[in-house]
Amino acid sequence: MFRGSRERSSADDHVAYGGLASAESRRNLLLPTLHEVQSSVGWVSHGALNYISERLSVSPAEAYGVATFYDLIATEPRPERVAHVCDDIGCLAAGAGSMLDDLRDRLGEPDEFGGSIAWTRSPCLGQCEKGSAAFIQVAGGDDVVVAPATAEQVIEILHAEKPQPSVSPSPIRQDTRLLGRTTLSLSHHESHGGLEALRKALTMLPGDVVDEVTASGLRGRGGAAFPAGIKWRAVGAEAGPKYVVCNADESEPGTFKDRVLMEEDPYRLIEATTIAGYAVGADKGYIYIRGEYPGALRRLSDAIEEVRDRGYLGGNIAGSDFSFDIEIRRGAGAYICGEETALFNSIEGFRGEPRQKPPFPTQAGLFGRPTLVNNVESLMNIPAIVLEGGAAFASIGTEESTGSKLFCVSGNVLGPGVYEAPFGVSTRDVIDMAGGVDGDLQAVLVGGAAGSFVAGDQLDVPLTFEDASAAGISVGSGVVMVFNTEVDMAPIVSRIATFFRHESCGLCVPCRVGTVRQEESLIRLRTAEDRDEELALLADLDVVMRDSSICGLGQLATVAVQSAITIGLIGAKS
Amino acid sequence: MFGAGGGTSSYEEIETTDLIILWGSNARSAHPIFFHHLLKGVRNGAKMYAVDPRRTESAQWADTWLGIDVGSDIALANAVAREIINAGLANTEFIEHSTSGFDDFAEFVEPYTLERAEEISGVPASAIRALAHDYATAETAQLCWTLGITEHHNATDNVVALINLALLTGHVGRYGSGLVPIRGQNNVQGGGDMGALPNKLPGFQNVADDELRGKFEKAYGMTIPSEPGWHVTQMFDAMERAELSAMYVIGENPAQSEADSGRTIELLEGLDHLVVQDIFLTKTAAMADVVFPAASGWAESEGTFTSSERRVQRVRRALDPPGSAKDDLAILFEFANAMGHEWGTADAEDVWDELRSLSPMHAGMSYERLEAMGGIQWPCPDIGHPGTKFLHAWLWEDPMPREPAPFSLVEWVPPVDPLDEDYPIRLTTGRRLDAYNTGVQSSGYRSPIYAGAVIDMTPEQAADLGASEGDVVRITSRRGSVEAPVRFTNGLRRGLVFMAIHSPDDLDVNTLTLDAWDPKSGTAEFKATAVRIETT
Amino acid sequence: MIEQRIADPVATVTVTIDGAPVTMPETATLLEASRAAGADVPTLCYLETLTPFNSCRLCVVEVAGSRTLVPSCSRMVEEGMEVQTDSDRVQHTRRMVYELLDSTVDLSLVDDETTRQMERYGVRTNRFGDGYRRTEAVKIEDDLYVRDYEKCIMCYRCVAACGPDAQNTFAIDVAGRGLTSTIATEYDITLPDSACVYCGNCVGVCPTGALMFTSEYRMRESGDWDEDRQTVTTTICTFCGVGCNLELHVQDNRIVKVTSPMDHEVTSGHLCIKGRFGYAHIQSESP
Ligand SMILES: Cc1cc2nc3c(=O)[nH]c(=O)nc-3n(C[C@H](O)[C@H](O)[C@H](O)COP(=O)(O)O)c2cc1C
Ligand code: SF4
Ligand code: SF4
Ligand code: SF4
Ligand code: FES
Repeated sequence: MFRGSRERSSADDHVAYGGLASAESRRNLLLPTLHEVQSSVGWVSHGALNYISERLSVSPAEAYGVATFYDLIATEPRPERVAHVCDDIGCLAAGAGSMLDDLRDRLGEPDEFGGSIAWTRSPCLGQCEKGSAAFIQVAGGDDVVVAPATAEQVIEILHAEKPQPSVSPSPIRQDTRLLGRTTLSLSHHESHGGLEALRKALTMLPGDVVDEVTASGLRGRGGAAFPAGIKWRAVGAEAGPKYVVCNADESEPGTFKDRVLMEEDPYRLIEATTIAGYAVGADKGYIYIRGEYPGALRRLSDAIEEVRDRGYLGGNIAGSDFSFDIEIRRGAGAYICGEETALFNSIEGFRGEPRQKPPFPTQAGLFGRPTLVNNVESLMNIPAIVLEGGAAFASIGTEESTGSKLFCVSGNVLGPGVYEAPFGVSTRDVIDMAGGVDGDLQAVLVGGAAGSFVAGDQLDVPLTFEDASAAGISVGSGVVMVFNTEVDMAPIVSRIATFFRHESCGLCVPCRVGTVRQEESLIRLRTAEDRDEELALLADLDVVMRDSSICGLGQLATVAVQSAITIGLIGAKS
Repeated sequence: MFGAGGGTSSYEEIETTDLIILWGSNARSAHPIFFHHLLKGVRNGAKMYAVDPRRTESAQWADTWLGIDVGSDIALANAVAREIINAGLANTEFIEHSTSGFDDFAEFVEPYTLERAEEISGVPASAIRALAHDYATAETAQLCWTLGITEHHNATDNVVALINLALLTGHVGRYGSGLVPIRGQNNVQGGGDMGALPNKLPGFQNVADDELRGKFEKAYGMTIPSEPGWHVTQMFDAMERAELSAMYVIGENPAQSEADSGRTIELLEGLDHLVVQDIFLTKTAAMADVVFPAASGWAESEGTFTSSERRVQRVRRALDPPGSAKDDLAILFEFANAMGHEWGTADAEDVWDELRSLSPMHAGMSYERLEAMGGIQWPCPDIGHPGTKFLHAWLWEDPMPREPAPFSLVEWVPPVDPLDEDYPIRLTTGRRLDAYNTGVQSSGYRSPIYAGAVIDMTPEQAADLGASEGDVVRITSRRGSVEAPVRFTNGLRRGLVFMAIHSPDDLDVNTLTLDAWDPKSGTAEFKATAVRIETT
Repeated sequence: MIEQRIADPVATVTVTIDGAPVTMPETATLLEASRAAGADVPTLCYLETLTPFNSCRLCVVEVAGSRTLVPSCSRMVEEGMEVQTDSDRVQHTRRMVYELLDSTVDLSLVDDETTRQMERYGVRTNRFGDGYRRTEAVKIEDDLYVRDYEKCIMCYRCVAACGPDAQNTFAIDVAGRGLTSTIATEYDITLPDSACVYCGNCVGVCPTGALMFTSEYRMRESGDWDEDRQTVTTTICTFCGVGCNLELHVQDNRIVKVTSPMDHEVTSGHLCIKGRFGYAHIQSESP
């Protein structure tokens, strides 16, 4: 039906349907549409944006505001191939710096988009165990990941006729609760007992499923460690329509567990999300997956189709009264969109800015409706909880941190990768699982860029939610990034500050300006005469950002820096 | 009659109503701040319909736009009424309690089937049906209109046809439900309130009513003719018959604002004596024997304006008028004094207080209260009265304090300027956001969005004519001919073109339009002219 | 204003503000409660007529039991809340926010209230070396208003006024992300090329002078702008029949700016191009 000025027929002469409600119902198509244009042309021109705006009834200024929010959407001409090369802390620690130098020597400076190919620096690409990584946007084809990456390989792919991904397989170290089951098809999944949990859940009352989750003591694995049962119950109690959102945006530097889970075992995630939908009475599920994960995206979308074909998604799942479907939404290069409310805005077609809470997602989340948001790893535990019962799950780990946890071990260790261990292990234990330090240990970043640097005795603190918090550190997303004594920590700490400055959405003053002031101060600190003054400034920034930023990004953007100062990695009098 | 005296609702009501029908109104451009209130309603979940030949900036906000052919409003309204009745959705309780003449009305609209309405208006029957059902079943509904309804030769009938719909559904006299005519010009409402109507004294008191007229005669110490006077259009007819030979024009520019301006100018030139009082030397003033330079009413004078929601508000003097200009009141006082009356010096508040003593609906509106309350909506009969948010609550009282409200029977007639082989295209006129009426007031600032004197049409229409955007075309009606460049616009269709009325100096659209006028309201047919368009 | 509807009785809740109990309707915000209790709470991005954007964080207060400070402009009162409106933590945030803003943008034309609060919180001038500062040329693209984003604090008020809270034109939005984000039209096209309809409502809500009517901008440039010589008279717009209240700012018998009262229910402070700029026709040339 005719909406704007184009493509009308005489049937549109005397009647038109439009208005706010219909425009609002299309707005969520904005980011997928921008993605389409980006991936076929390599950038979004003014003409393309106007056309999209008209078709979706979004104003061009708003659409532009959305497009310019994301690193993977370009609003200025770009070559058809652009390599986003990780220069973040994990890869830096593993020695990727020389690869970046090499690339600059051979391709010129980053961010020069005039030629036929170009490269740019990227925050962590979630391939940290590989030690170096590039994500290459390919207009008119499929985006590819190269990890580990050499300059040679990157250049080759930039010129290749048909670029192919080159990713070394994740070393499967263990056969554990969550890891080590590479399911190739739905039947394969079933042969491991897959879908049993879903079938069992469908025979239970939704409230009973929630009870098992509550009894399991499962706490969120996305970083905030919130008890899952409380959220499930809260959403379950609300009136519909309701949504389940699986947070697969995994952009916390040093984190790559969710990617591994999705690449290995997508069926289990689908099953778990469906169980969640049943338990809380949701109508629809969304999986929001970070834009730089083309491999996981392909695995998941193929799997969803297969599951739907088999009647385990869609109307009347497995012959029950329950209908539920899952849609995948792709992020576009914005760490902040992992924050749950920013994620809602992103799906809805708005700028990925967080919302002030309350109201909480359980009350007013996606499209203003009650929404259950869980991390990939959190959900992956659900099938076992349903099958074995919450109590069995709760018997693993400690009283307050039940079950097991995935740790993303990277940096200077002999066996970087994802490791699973019951809660209770210490940082040192985790490093030992990964074969020990490569060199002499200087410090470990625990919990990600939003976590803290630890050294010395702190390495023995059990990585449970309660012990970590008592020791002033956090388990976060399970990052254990190891730095040996060869690593110059000042640039590493600065890179973290740069990360937050780059990723701040800009909505609130403490974070928008605070992140840049922190970054600047750290640079001055390296050469400052009066270090005390800089340290006082950093401390002042720390307080205002923790106290008054809207969301976790700003609230946690100073934590790693402050911990680095506390344990003397930077800022000490020389 | 409803809707004639003033809008029945307040702007705030549209913010919480359930259904909005915007009929013949491009309020987004013509009444932007009213549209702010309307959009609050839309954002609060109200469903919206727009009935308009053009898919205007306003209509684009509507859930459904009914793109009627120009001049088919009554056919559509009658069909809506018939559908409401036949679907059993009429508010029978309200009809029985508060109205009269329903049975005749039901019988009268029976021939207006949805199919016939579709044929006349071009709007698919399904859309007309949906509007009928939504209007009838909405808890509250606001039916709004502007010049698209009233600038026709059958303006009053158009309005009456809409009022019938409110009577059929009970969408009047309640908070949130009402009839909302938005006044095209500033203080048109106030002019009516003050008796600037041929048959009314201030406060809408009938000039023919001896008792009411007597009250004024006593206060003024004069006799007042009991016969109604003339509308503007009647005045020009009287000039033609040589029955009217002198004219005192205050703040109007008929030489440019009347339809068929060629004839208007000729008649003005034929007058024995023409006095014009205006803040500009308008085209009309340039023809005058005497010109009184006036101060602007809104920034250089004291007084009141009445808005479309019947809100009387104070205007104040912020500037000293230039040169020898004086405010309208002072000029009238001096004029009266010069003619031998002893009116003394003008004082706006004194005049207002005299009005309050004569017009019961204004009685409670002292200047002090107007200031303190940010304006008061009439009627406000006494000094303790808060003013009236919505009119006609009496319709819902039991027993009814007045005669029930009558349904009226109005038949659709086609526009008086028919389309034929020589004049195959319908030209309609209207306003743009940045300009106002004949343009004299708004042309003083440099609007970055000024569209210029253009003729709007769809690309398909232009292609039919062999014209591209920017090409100058000649537009010819049965009365005259003008040239204008083509501008592409969405929201029109083949056979329908649009011109704005604001720049008569560059492009006098009124040389094309017709002075056929509505005998009841005195407004002319601006909206439906038959033209042919040729490339130059 | 006149109220004929009999509103449903609104439930009330009692909160403690700086030690003293205050009873408020449950629909009240902590800001309203704090001000009702006489607390002096600064705001900058907040405006009564717009949806709170929570961006500046100046209105934060300390609520017992809350890990972070709480923006009072958007947080509803809840029974039993214990609130401190000027604790050390609160003061720290306010001082830092002012310092952070002052170090990035030109606050020289910010409203008087903000100047007062900056003095109150002992804001020190630049502690941040010669770090990032917003630099951008003034955008003068037409005769009606100018945009000087060196003064812009990204409060989002203009975006809300141009968008869903009033004008619904959506000619401008925030573009980019983080520190370098800015208020922009699509692809930064000029205003006359954009969807802008020149209602001036963005200018009307801008607290920093980043958006300014050209009349004022020119007079400031030539040194003729003098608010002490100005009168402000409220009258009614002469154009359409809606009845918008206008505040005519007059200097030397010339209108130099038109605003509308925020607390008047017809306009809520918003106007259209005619009311805002259509006064030139009565502008007497020379006295
Ligand atoms: C800046 C920021 C980024 C975040 N990114 C992610 C993310 O990538 N994945 C994730 O699961 N949670 C992320 N979170 C946490 C989510 O807001 C939310 O707490 C989580 O998805 C809830 O799921 P869980 O309870 O299962 O952990 C992020 C939070 C913040 C403040
Ligand atoms: S804390 Fe940072 S990321 Fe979060 S809302 Fe504020 S500016 Fe945006
Ligand atoms: S003048 Fe009006 S339309 Fe233009 S940007 Fe400002 S608020 Fe938006
Ligand atoms: S231009 Fe003014 S109103 Fe808009 S964000 Fe900047 S400071 Fe706020
Ligand atoms: S992929 Fe490079 S740090 Fe994570």
